[in-house]
Amino acid sequence: MTSIGTGYDLSASTYSPDGRIFQVEYAAKAVENSGTAIGLRVKGGIVLAVEKLVHSKLLVPAANKRILTVDPHIGLATAGLQADGRHLANRARDEASNYRDQYKTNPPLKAIVDRLGLYVQAYTLYSSVRPFGISTILGAVDKDGPSLYVIEPSGVHYGYHGAAVGKGRQLAKTELEKLKLSDLSMREAVLEAARIIYVVHDDAKEKDFELEISWVGEETNGLHVLVPKDLLDEANAKAKAALETFE
Amino acid sequence: MDHFPTNWGRPRNDLSDAYGTFPLAQRPYNGGKDMFAEGVKHTQQPIVTGTSVLAIKYKDGIMMAADNLASYGSLARFKSIQRLHPVGKYTVIGAGGDMSDFQYIQSILDDTIIEEFAASDGHTLGPVEIHEYLSQIMYARRSKIDPLWNSLIVGGVKDGKRFLAYVDLLGTTYSASTIATGYGAFIAQPLLRKAVEGNENTLTEDAAMAILEESMRVLYYRDARSLDKYQLAKITADGITVSESRHLQTSWSFAEGIRGYGAQTQ
Amino acid sequence: MPDMNSLAHPQQHQFNPYTENGGTILAIAGEDFTVIAGDTRQSEGYSIQTRYAPKVFRLTDKAVLAVNGFAADGNMFVKKVRQRLEWYRHAHAKDMPLRAIARLIQTMLYARRFFPFYVYNILGGIEEDGSGAVYSFDPVGSYEREACRAAGAAQSLVQPFLDNQIYFKNQTPAQDTSHPVHLPLHSVLALVIDSFTGATERHIEVGDGLEMYVVLARGNPALQSLQDLPGAEEVTGTQAEERVFVIRRDLKKD
Repeated sequence: MTSIGTGYDLSASTYSPDGRIFQVEYAAKAVENSGTAIGLRVKGGIVLAVEKLVHSKLLVPAANKRILTVDPHIGLATAGLQADGRHLANRARDEASNYRDQYKTNPPLKAIVDRLGLYVQAYTLYSSVRPFGISTILGAVDKDGPSLYVIEPSGVHYGYHGAAVGKGRQLAKTELEKLKLSDLSMREAVLEAARIIYVVHDDAKEKDFELEISWVGEETNGLHVLVPKDLLDEANAKAKAALETFE
Repeated sequence: MDHFPTNWGRPRNDLSDAYGTFPLAQRPYNGGKDMFAEGVKHTQQPIVTGTSVLAIKYKDGIMMAADNLASYGSLARFKSIQRLHPVGKYTVIGAGGDMSDFQYIQSILDDTIIEEFAASDGHTLGPVEIHEYLSQIMYARRSKIDPLWNSLIVGGVKDGKRFLAYVDLLGTTYSASTIATGYGAFIAQPLLRKAVEGNENTLTEDAAMAILEESMRVLYYRDARSLDKYQLAKITADGITVSESRHLQTSWSFAEGIRGYGAQTQ
Repeated sequence: MPDMNSLAHPQQHQFNPYTENGGTILAIAGEDFTVIAGDTRQSEGYSIQTRYAPKVFRLTDKAVLAVNGFAADGNMFVKKVRQRLEWYRHAHAKDMPLRAIARLIQTMLYARRFFPFYVYNILGGIEEDGSGAVYSFDPVGSYEREACRAAGAAQSLVQPFLDNQIYFKNQTPAQDTSHPVHLPLHSVLALVIDSFTGATERHIEVGDGLEMYVVLARGNPALQSLQDLPGAEEVTGTQAEERVFVIRRDLKKD
């Protein structure tokens, strides 16, 4: 890496001569090492899925969730440092609660994402702090219907129809692009999401992984919840089957 | 000429506010100012108030009733206020007393329920936990001499267990198979006890509804701060239902025959 | 038309952070047991709020606390005492001795000298020497060890009765006999029941139900008779050589 040894990468508050902030780019590297997370904005709602790499058989199955609930209708999935993900989720919960206290209405996802964007960006301004080592996918169904956003370590945030972050994001994006997202039902989207996670999982390099899927929308009465066990089992089984034909 | 409308047409010299019409009974004061009056003063009074709440245990769970009135002193100010508030999936709280304090309590509880949902740890708050939490809040505020001016009934069903309890601005708590707040404690409670005590496990939904309706009617006849529009909440193992507003059938023709009540003919 | 100046004084409507919730408690110490009892009615003014609100609480296997006065303060006080006893258990791996609990209660009550817990406490149980003991407190922590004490709404009815029946005040023993120093458990239980039925008759705030906690010292011969007593429920915690029972009786509900 060209940045090393130049002295411009020691602080998030220092630009390099060509206008880059290396600490932020390093943070993006932390994301790239993480299991893939994807989000699909479909007809009736949002589906989030995560490839949670299991680095030890001693870990309790289904523990250490990487998909978290921010507000009853807002879900959040992260790729990168898990602890940073939990911290940002807590911040998001505070922001949602604050919004509700002020306006006595469900916070629209855009408002929460804007605030989180400012928060994440603030960690790129000072030499005393480290930028967030995560990319965050947020999904919700609010008064304007389903919406999906990604916040990057720099604090930039964009809205998406389909989003992918983490190790397998490139392949995942290609797979997402093949889908007609706006025509998918939520159930179909769950199966597709599972399939994509299985496709991007590189079992040559990584050992085991656990599939985490959540949804919010018509199927869930507007609540962000993990998909029920039978559907998750079905998604796992179909994804495995599809993988065999794919290869 | 007295230019303050609040002073018009009032009973003479009701310094003692015998009718509980506060705040309208308080006269504007134009005299000299107490220079130290701005000192720390927490103590408030209820301003916009709700009257009685009734609740009983019955065969399938808990049933609760409260009318739709929020009064401003003796003025029937808001006539479609809901005073029964579901909290989570298993609990309803009913409130009398200051309605702004009640709205504050609602927002605290709603925030708590959301926090618990977001934790998604497999635990949910039932009526027992919500009542304990509310009691701690109410007692803490009375201990700061800055009370939340309410009488609250917490009712619910969770894990097959019925729960009905009370907490008020002093932090006083109790549990019983019939509870009535405010005027209801004097007028409705005896009727409720007669119908419910000892029959908690046999009383049907229809019978529970009937006794509550009858009690609400008696209250409407006697409580000047009540309304003939009320709601019923039902909490059973199947969940919570809060009814649409119901109208009480009343007959006032008897008043004609009572001297000192209707128009005087002699 | 009311005169503006005569009505000009603002009506001071000061919030009163206290109320009085009625009921009565009492405790009697025997030689090797203690009975701590209270009725279960909770009231405010002329209204009965509930017919069952316990005022007597098992703290440990050798200490039972009865609390009477302002119910909200009472419940909070018991909660805080229990918390302190739990911390003691964590620190010392044993239950706090009775006389230490008594001193703890004094400290906790006096800490609130200028915003008191409006409660009268009676602590009963077994001392480390195996004797039955009763400690009574005022709301700000003054306390003493006694053989018997009544407190609460019907204190003025019950205490003189106890003075007469326990301390044999105004009774002269027959020639060549003397009054017993300690009464047996069955006589004490009978006195407690009579005290409460009497108080229920004459005091409107007493009634509905009676809860009598009996704490027996290790090796108390009355154990078998208590276990056989219909309606007596053992509530002893875990290890303990002391045994704790509750006996419940109905009182008139009018």
